[in-house]
Amino acid sequence: MMEFTQADVLSVLGTGIKTLVILVGAVLMAALMIPIERRLLGLWQDRYGPNRVGPFGSLQVVADMIKIFFKEDWIPPFADKAVFVVAPAIIMLTSLLAFAVIPFTPTWTVANLNVGVLFLLAMSSLGVYSVIFAGWASDNKYALIGAMRTAAQMISYEVFMGLSLLGVVLLAGSFNLGDIVESQRGLWNVIPQFPAFVIFFIAGCAEIHRAPFDLPEAEQELTAGYHTEYSGMKFGMFFVGEYLGIVLISCLVTVLFFGGWLGPVLPGFVWFFLKAFFFMCFFILLRASTVRPRYDQLMAFGWKILLPIAIVNVAITGAIVVATS
Amino acid sequence: MKNAAQTAFSATSSVLRTIGMTFMHSFRKRETVLYPEEKPYLPPRYRGRIVLTRDPDGAERCVACNLCSVSCPVDCISVVKGEDETGRWYPESFRINFSRCIYCGFCEDACPTYAIQLTPDFEMGEFNRQNMVYEKSDLTISGVGKRPGYNFYRVAGMAVGGKDKGEAENEAKPVNIKTLLP
Repeated sequence: MMEFTQADVLSVLGTGIKTLVILVGAVLMAALMIPIERRLLGLWQDRYGPNRVGPFGSLQVVADMIKIFFKEDWIPPFADKAVFVVAPAIIMLTSLLAFAVIPFTPTWTVANLNVGVLFLLAMSSLGVYSVIFAGWASDNKYALIGAMRTAAQMISYEVFMGLSLLGVVLLAGSFNLGDIVESQRGLWNVIPQFPAFVIFFIAGCAEIHRAPFDLPEAEQELTAGYHTEYSGMKFGMFFVGEYLGIVLISCLVTVLFFGGWLGPVLPGFVWFFLKAFFFMCFFILLRASTVRPRYDQLMAFGWKILLPIAIVNVAITGAIVVATS
Repeated sequence: MKNAAQTAFSATSSVLRTIGMTFMHSFRKRETVLYPEEKPYLPPRYRGRIVLTRDPDGAERCVACNLCSVSCPVDCISVVKGEDETGRWYPESFRINFSRCIYCGFCEDACPTYAIQLTPDFEMGEFNRQNMVYEKSDLTISGVGKRPGYNFYRVAGMAVGGKDKGEAENEAKPVNIKTLLP
C-alpha cells in the first residue's frame, strides 16, 4: 500500500487543474476561430461576415452551437455504424492529446515528455484515421474519394514533416519541446532553419487539411468530402477538430520555430498567445488567397521538391552541428 | 535545370504575390450594404409594391377595364366594375393578393390609363398571410405616381362625365357621316 503525502496530492491536483485549463482553453480557442475566420475572410473579400450576434458577431459561434446541438443526429442506414460514430471522436481526441506536450510557459505543460516531438508526430498521424474511417464508414462515393485523397496526402506529407523537424531537434539536442524553446534563447529557429519552417508549415497545412490542401473536403467537387454524411454534433466535432488542428499547428510553429514563450517585456504566456494567434490568422489568409492543387500535384510537390529539400536541410544542419561541437 | 528553377521561382512568387494582394484587401472599402440601417438606392422604375394612382384632378384613374387582371400571369388581381351616373366606369373593388404577385409589371404595361403602377418599395413582410391581400383603399394613393399631368379622359375620345365627343385635347370635331360635304 503506497502512502500519499500531501505534496503528492497537491501536485496531482495541480496537474489536473492545468490539464483542465489547457483543454478548455484549446477548445474555446478552436471555437473562437470560427467567428474569427468568418470575419477575417469577410475582411479579405471586401464584405463584413457575421456581425449581428453579440459585439462584432462574436456570439455567432454560440448561436451556431445551440443550433447544431438541437439538430437531428442522423446516422445513414447504409453506414457502418460503430466506425461512423467513432470517427469524429478520434480527431478531437488526437488533437486534444497533442496539446498535452506543448509548453505554453516554462511551467505550463501537462506532460513534460522527453520525446515530445515524436509524441506530437504520432498524434497528428493518428488523426488521419478519423478521416479515413469517416470516409469508409459513410459508404458514400464522395466521402470515399475524400478519404482516399487523405490517404494519398498522408503518405506524401508525413515523411517530410518528420524530416523537417529533425533539424530543429539537432540544434536543440533534445526531443523535449521545453528544451527546444530554451535552445532558441539566442536566435529563433526560424532563421537557421528557414527551409524547415516553410516545409513544416506546408506539411502542417496538409496535416490539418486546410486550404490550399483541403482536398479531402473540397466543397466544390466533393460536396463536403469525408463528412458528407455527418450531421448534428458529429459534424460539429469534425468542424471543431479542424480548428483544433489550426490552433495546434500554430502552437507548434510557435514552439519549434518562433521561440515559444520567449520575448521581451510581456509575460511568456502573452508572447506565446500573440505568436500563435498570428499563425492562426495566417492560416485564414492562406485560405482566402490560395487555390487547391490536384492531389497528384500535391504528391509530386511533396515527393519531388519538399522531401529532397528536407533531406538536404537535415544533412547540412547535422554537418554544422557535428563541426561546431 | 534552368527551366525548372524559373518555374519554381515564378510559381513561388505568384503564390506569395496572391497572398500579399489578398492581404491588401484589408484596407479596401467593404462592398456590403448594411441593409436595415442603410437602405440601398432603388431606381424609380424598380418593380415593388403596386399602387393605384390618381389623375391630376384628384379623381381615380382606374376605369375598371380588367386588362391588368387579364394580363396578370398569376391571377392575383381581381377587379369589380362599377359605373357612376355620368357613365364613367370605376372599380367597385380592386384587390391584389401580394402573396401571389410576382412583381412582373405586366399589369403596369397593360394599363391604358397609367392607373396601376409599381413602386420602389419592397418591405411588405407580414406574419399573417391574409394581411398580404391589399384592398382598393390600401392600394390607392393620393398622387399621380410616375405620370404627372396625365388624365385619360382629357385625351380619350369618348363622351363621359359632361365631356362630349370631340371635346378632348387635340381631338377634331366628330365627322358628320350623313353629309357629303368635306
